[in-house]
Amino acid sequence: MTIPVLELKDVTKTYAIRQGIFRPPATLTAVGGVSLTVARGEVHALVGESGSGKSTLARMLLGLIAPTSGEIRIDGVPIAMTNRREVARRIQPVFQDPYSSLNPRKTVADLIALPLVAHRIGSAKDRQKRVAAMLDAVGLPRRMIDAYPGQMSGGQRQRVAIARALVMQPDVLICDEPTSALDVSVQAQILNLLMDLKREFGLTYFFISHNLAVVEHLADRVAVMYLGRIVEERSREALFERASHPYSKALLDCVLTPDPTLGMPDAAITGAFPNPIAPPPGCTFHPRCPRATDHCRVAAPPPVPLADGFATCHLAT
Amino acid sequence: MTSVSASGAAPLDDVPLRRSPLARMAKRALRHPGFMAGTVVLAVLLLCSLAAPLITAYDPYAQDISRRLLPPVWQAKGTWEHWLGTDKLGRDYFARLLYGGRISLLIGVATVLVSGTIGTALGVAAGFFGGRVDLVIGYIINVRLALPVVLVALAAAALVGSSLNTVIIVLGLLLWDRFAVVARSATQQIAGADFVAAARSIGCSTRLIVLSEVLPNILNPLIVIATLEMAHAILLEAALSFLGLGVQPPLPSWGLMIAEGKQFMFFSPWVITVPGVALVALVLAINLLGDGLRDVTAPENRS
Repeated sequence: MTIPVLELKDVTKTYAIRQGIFRPPATLTAVGGVSLTVARGEVHALVGESGSGKSTLARMLLGLIAPTSGEIRIDGVPIAMTNRREVARRIQPVFQDPYSSLNPRKTVADLIALPLVAHRIGSAKDRQKRVAAMLDAVGLPRRMIDAYPGQMSGGQRQRVAIARALVMQPDVLICDEPTSALDVSVQAQILNLLMDLKREFGLTYFFISHNLAVVEHLADRVAVMYLGRIVEERSREALFERASHPYSKALLDCVLTPDPTLGMPDAAITGAFPNPIAPPPGCTFHPRCPRATDHCRVAAPPPVPLADGFATCHLAT
Repeated sequence: MTSVSASGAAPLDDVPLRRSPLARMAKRALRHPGFMAGTVVLAVLLLCSLAAPLITAYDPYAQDISRRLLPPVWQAKGTWEHWLGTDKLGRDYFARLLYGGRISLLIGVATVLVSGTIGTALGVAAGFFGGRVDLVIGYIINVRLALPVVLVALAAAALVGSSLNTVIIVLGLLLWDRFAVVARSATQQIAGADFVAAARSIGCSTRLIVLSEVLPNILNPLIVIATLEMAHAILLEAALSFLGLGVQPPLPSWGLMIAEGKQFMFFSPWVITVPGVALVALVLAINLLGDGLRDVTAPENRS
């Protein structure tokens, strides 16, 4: 069996929340016991609502924050054993908001060349060539090389962010909702660009999104996250055709369809997102689950292996 | 009416090009009266004091006891020979004013260089690293704010003797608090931005992040503080020289000129009004420039 590009083993991140001088700090589990493997060349999507810990997981993968416990491996080598610069050569980010992820004081050339400068790669002339090549690859005209981010549109900025991420020729791109800040018409362009670049450079994507239509369009495998835990991890076909976890089903039911005769989708789940400092006992999803039993209210479900993935639910089959 | 509809289909190349940010900034600057007034006055004062030997033939140190306390040209016995008069030792007042401007500007610039470096370094460190570093630096800032500048300057002058260098060093070591406070809060904002996280995950060292991501983005407010502190330093120098603890005679300094003139002010008030007006003009010009700079560089913050 080949070694996966990315491997997460029981990765947990907790934060201590102070509640005043006289009360002991509470523990907020942002990510709890996440185990995933991402094979080379695949697009692994991570979906979940706001506050479910998607971005915390992404920041751990980028080495920006260290997991409280658990292990992240790149090509079988634990991230904790390699230094941040080494991780950066292999994994590069594309952030959600291209308006805040680019330094407004730098030109496009400086922005794209930044990884090369940080890693002291190549001469100034060499860097300029690579910047020009990246501009071509992401479909930006070369005359934009001296533009500032303030002079560009959101889609153009996101292309610059992608060029910056690719200039080091990394293996993995962590895309944290790369299109959610863009206009709908531009979203498709950026997604198609990402897929073209994947083929061209043999990339692996870890793709965080809350847009299920986008996920269905490009993912190979999908993990569904709820309250810091992976509740279901399946191949795309399996998830979209026969999701096992009630939460995944509810998410799929929420997708708006272009057909107006169907009306608004029925929200199968009720109630609000629970307080992550005091998560519900048993299965953390039970207060909102339409199928919850008494057993769900006391016992946390183990991951139930399925044909092509797993679901963390007592009722999964 | 027809002409309107005809011009509605203007060719595409008639569309005005978008101006660069620099050009837009220049346009705002030209429309800002305070900024322009400050710039012009400061430029005139700067040029005059730098080109002093070209403007006046008099030596600011040459004494002529027979021509003491000559009045300026607008008074009864004034002559164009010494159009701003002479001081108690018969030195040409205009020459002393011009050369004194050099001292004031030197003190302003040098002090701001010293205090700006200290304050920016402390403020950026506090804002960027936060936590304990922030606590310690916050404490240092509080200690500095608890020290009265003039008292410390008096003590320093008493300890090491007063001179131009002492004034610059003492003021430079005391006037960094506003730099630190502004740099700290500006850095805190920038440090949370995505592009700093991006730089970190790209593999930039902390040094590179601070130098290339943080500093360029906090430069505008710091430049504004620099102008305000420059005016502050010039005023403090005048005050210290007036007290006899700043620049020492015979160096021409505006504060010193006021101090030396105070015994004559009842019968020859111009000996203190001339350097006084110059001081007010310089400080006002720098403050107008600083305020204008803030408006011009950050239009979104204009009230």
